Amino acid sequence: MAGEAVIRIRGLRNQFGRQVVHDGLDLDVLRGEVLGVVGGSGSGKSVLMLTILGLNRPSAGAVELLGVDVLRGDAEARAAAQTRCGVLFQDGALFSSLTVTENVQAPMREHLRLPAPLMDELAALKIAMVGLPPDAGPKYPGELSGGMRKRAGLARALSLDPEVVFLDEPTAGLDPIGAAGFDELIRDLQRSLGLTVVMVTHDLDSLAAICDRIAVLVDKKVRVGTMADHMRDRHPWIQEYFHGPRARAAFAAADMASGEGS
Amino acid sequence: MEDGPGWIRQAEADGRLVVSAGGAWTVAGAAALEQAVAALAPGPAGQVRFDLSALERVDTAGVFLLRAAARRYEETGADVALEGIAAQMRPLFELVAGNEGREPPEAPRSNPLTAVVERLGRSTVAGVRELTALVGFVGEVTLTAARISWRPRRFRIVSLTNQIERAGLNAIPIILLMTFLIGIVIAYQGAVQLRRLGFEILTIDMLAITMLRELGVLLTAIMIAGRSGSAFTAEIGTMKVNEEIAAMQALGLDPVEILVLPRIIALVIALPILTVFADVIGLLGGAAMAVVSMDMNTTQFMVRLGEAATLPHFIVGLVKAPAFAVIIGVVGCYEGLRVSGGADSVGVMTTRAVVLSIFLVIVADAVFSIMFAAMGV
Ligand SMILES: Nc1ncnc2c1ncn2[C@@H]1O[C@H](COP(=O)(O)OP(=O)(O)O)[C@@H](O)[C@H]1O
Ligand SMILES: [Mg+2]
Repeated sequence: MAGEAVIRIRGLRNQFGRQVVHDGLDLDVLRGEVLGVVGGSGSGKSVLMLTILGLNRPSAGAVELLGVDVLRGDAEARAAAQTRCGVLFQDGALFSSLTVTENVQAPMREHLRLPAPLMDELAALKIAMVGLPPDAGPKYPGELSGGMRKRAGLARALSLDPEVVFLDEPTAGLDPIGAAGFDELIRDLQRSLGLTVVMVTHDLDSLAAICDRIAVLVDKKVRVGTMADHMRDRHPWIQEYFHGPRARAAFAAADMASGEGS
Repeated sequence: MEDGPGWIRQAEADGRLVVSAGGAWTVAGAAALEQAVAALAPGPAGQVRFDLSALERVDTAGVFLLRAAARRYEETGADVALEGIAAQMRPLFELVAGNEGREPPEAPRSNPLTAVVERLGRSTVAGVRELTALVGFVGEVTLTAARISWRPRRFRIVSLTNQIERAGLNAIPIILLMTFLIGIVIAYQGAVQLRRLGFEILTIDMLAITMLRELGVLLTAIMIAGRSGSAFTAEIGTMKVNEEIAAMQALGLDPVEILVLPRIIALVIALPILTVFADVIGLLGGAAMAVVSMDMNTTQFMVRLGEAATLPHFIVGLVKAPAFAVIIGVVGCYEGLRVSGGADSVGVMTTRAVVLSIFLVIVADAVFSIMFAAMGV
């Protein structure tokens, strides 16, 4: 199955007023990979994610998600493709009037007809899978810490066992231990569930630890490659990003970890 | 991609039970699969083999149900072995096995009758607490106002003008329209009733007195409570949710000084002015109706109106306006600052602010009536 593109973007152009965010952007995301998306603040990472999900209409270009044309496909096919995707928004974006369990069940309620006890059991399973304690289920998002909200958001994203998961800055605002734990969780779930993951992040540790390939948003386009490819890139922003002191520290740590593992 | 629907069946082969499952075991078909699992008939058997080699696709819900099926056989005392799991599905089985069976603690169920009593008690206590806290907030605002008046330069004049524009200027059209229509209604109803008694002319007195003393200011206050009081709560509440209030306090900025005071003062300035507009237009509405429906020309009406609409009536109405403004502003800002948690709290508090401020305005109006009656004006 590897090698098949689950997301295919061609000639994408996004423009707000006179501000051009993307122009002539091409990107393929392959089944089963973890793709990191990096770029300066305001370079259009979140907009790119929303565009793939069909939540933002680009001014030009073609976007294909799981074989469905997101822009011109018929509404039913697009909705079906959307239910095969899960999204973790920045800050979780949990529904604040629902408990964690109800948040996780919300997609099931919308798309499936399942008996209530089964939904309860599946929600409990998802909540356990993301590493939340069982007593988090009946709590409201306002009663959770930032890290727990992220995990609850991930549980909701995984509610329907999606094939593709989008994560917008999942480790931003977490302490380093919490962030490392979240990285590990994503990697484990990605392997067990066979997920394709598109992860917007500024966290160099996450990039080094779990991403198979990295898409860098520069000059309104993306440059995709492995860490090693980007290290050789001459673009000044990419140079600065991958050769700064923080980057070196993160990559050294990742090298050591993989050295121990093998 | 399209796999056959999931199935599960049980067969007996040389004394051993074999349960085989295949097709797609995914959350999309979970309802049917759960029924299929419930329909299995685990008989007494020493050993049960689950043959899962025909599975085409599984997800966590599917694995969960397969394991639930296996548990049904285990409960009869059988030895269950899951076999034939494809290599790429194995991590998923391990993941589910590691995480299932952790039911959330049951919420304690309570008797619905005692629950009603409990809620009633809780809301009574909460209501009393809210009122005392509101009084405390009034004190805080007063202190801040006193502090500012010592150093008027600290006062946020830009914020004040902005608030006056939004709460006052922008409200003029709706206030004018509303009181004009109310003037028409009063004049019409009054004329119909008083004509029968032969005192049609008194319609004008009634119009002038009700409009100037009561309705002009009261209706304006209610409209502003719904329009601006609610906006105060929603704005401040949203800032609370975004932790902007906490950020202000951390930076040594006083939210009462920066957010609350300009809003209250803006209402104290705007509401009396709006009341004057309301009074005038209300009388005009009544006049229009009177001229159309009564045998009276405009001059006659104006003379009579000039006698009825005296300055004391006008003043009695107008002095209430600043008091109502303070009530609406204080309640709106107070409920906004009480927002805690998420977006739903903003909605709850906004509703509460509107209901509470209208209620308190009407209470205050009653108190004023008693006071004026005692004073003989
Ligand atoms: N709905 C919108 N209307 C106007 N401008 C927008 C909108 N959404 C995003 N932008 C602009 O597009 C740019 C990219 O935004 P975003 O994708 O959120 O950046 P980031 O890479 O930090 O996630 C920003 O400059 C932002 O101001
Ligand atoms: Mg963003």
